Amino acid sequence: MGQIEESARKMVFVTVGTTLFDALVRAVDTNEVKQELFRRGYTHLLIQMGKGSYTPTKSEGEDGSLAVDYFTFSSSIADHLRSASLVISHAGSGSIFETLRLGKPLIVVVNEDLMDNHQSELAEELAERKHLYCAHPQTLHQTISDMNLDSLLPYPAGDATPVARLINRFLGFPED
Amino acid sequence: MERKHECCFSSPTLIAIAVSLILIAIARILYVLYRSGKPLRPKSPKPVSTLIVLGSGGHTAEMINVLTVLQKDWFSPRFYIAAATDNMSLQKARVLEDSWAHSTGGTGSPAKYMQIYRSREVGQSYLTSIGTTLFAIAHALWLMIVIRPQVVLCNGPGTCIPLCVIAFLFKVLGIRWSSIFYVESIARVKRLSLSGLLLYKLRIADQFFVQWPQLQKKYPRAHHVGCLM
Repeated sequence: MGQIEESARKMVFVTVGTTLFDALVRAVDTNEVKQELFRRGYTHLLIQMGKGSYTPTKSEGEDGSLAVDYFTFSSSIADHLRSASLVISHAGSGSIFETLRLGKPLIVVVNEDLMDNHQSELAEELAERKHLYCAHPQTLHQTISDMNLDSLLPYPAGDATPVARLINRFLGFPED
Repeated sequence: MERKHECCFSSPTLIAIAVSLILIAIARILYVLYRSGKPLRPKSPKPVSTLIVLGSGGHTAEMINVLTVLQKDWFSPRFYIAAATDNMSLQKARVLEDSWAHSTGGTGSPAKYMQIYRSREVGQSYLTSIGTTLFAIAHALWLMIVIRPQVVLCNGPGTCIPLCVIAFLFKVLGIRWSSIFYVESIARVKRLSLSGLLLYKLRIADQFFVQWPQLQKKYPRAHHVGCLM
């Protein structure tokens, strides 16, 4: 029985990173987002809420709804990412690339409250290249209902050799 | 009358000395700017002492990716600097250095790790930040006098700016010629970061790398190198 339950488990992992992003936690805690996720076959919602003050409502997930749980910080974010079927993340480059490297479907939610909002640049560029979906807190439910995870393209691993080659050439080092 | 004459006699000399000193300084700065950014052509290349400035979080991760593919024998000895408030970055550098030491059997000069004070912490008042900024500059100067690197590798954020400016001043003053390489963060797609913009516009960086083609179009002296992450 336990085995079947495990295989049927589809977890959505939400992460706000090292600071706070209440607008995102609030957005995933709305009924419309939770219902949309459940409709798409997800069974569990796990929220890393950071230093935020908004606390989502926990739920056991009985009577045909999403099981909801949350925590503030954890040293095992990587494990949660690995066991997730969908990741909803803040726009920090660390979270984005860690998720993409694991090949997990990703929705990046841009924090409009940040002063110098250069973070959206990266998320929008990667969304344009079809490696992830980019949303705003208010449009998250729309993105979830419209998304087609099969259309996402795997992200190719980064390559630092061009930089190394140029540095070697500049310094006059032999190129092997 | 006599006095006035004397005064008039000496002041043009002083002015002449001051003007020629300023001209020499300008000429030297122009020469350094002209010479910077030109590839070095050593007859027999030797290993270069290398300063690696670790930014924090994603910046450090990108730098580690660059270090992994550099031929470490050429970039030796290596000095790592991170902000005093950043506990993780030097740890990551140590892990990398240890893995190299294991694979080569522990030969070569060991890497050195240093921390640098930040001029201003988030939320600090402007009044006290004058004092801390002066202290941070003095500390950066001390570290650079000790290291006198031939190569500076950095990729932001602000921690690298005082170190790069001092490295540039060392070039102007003839204390040490260095090559400064700056890699703009992958998070910058359309606009440079403030650190990147400063090093690009002031031509302090000898080579300036960006990870997205849009930025290279906007900043033609930059090299587009593709994504590091």
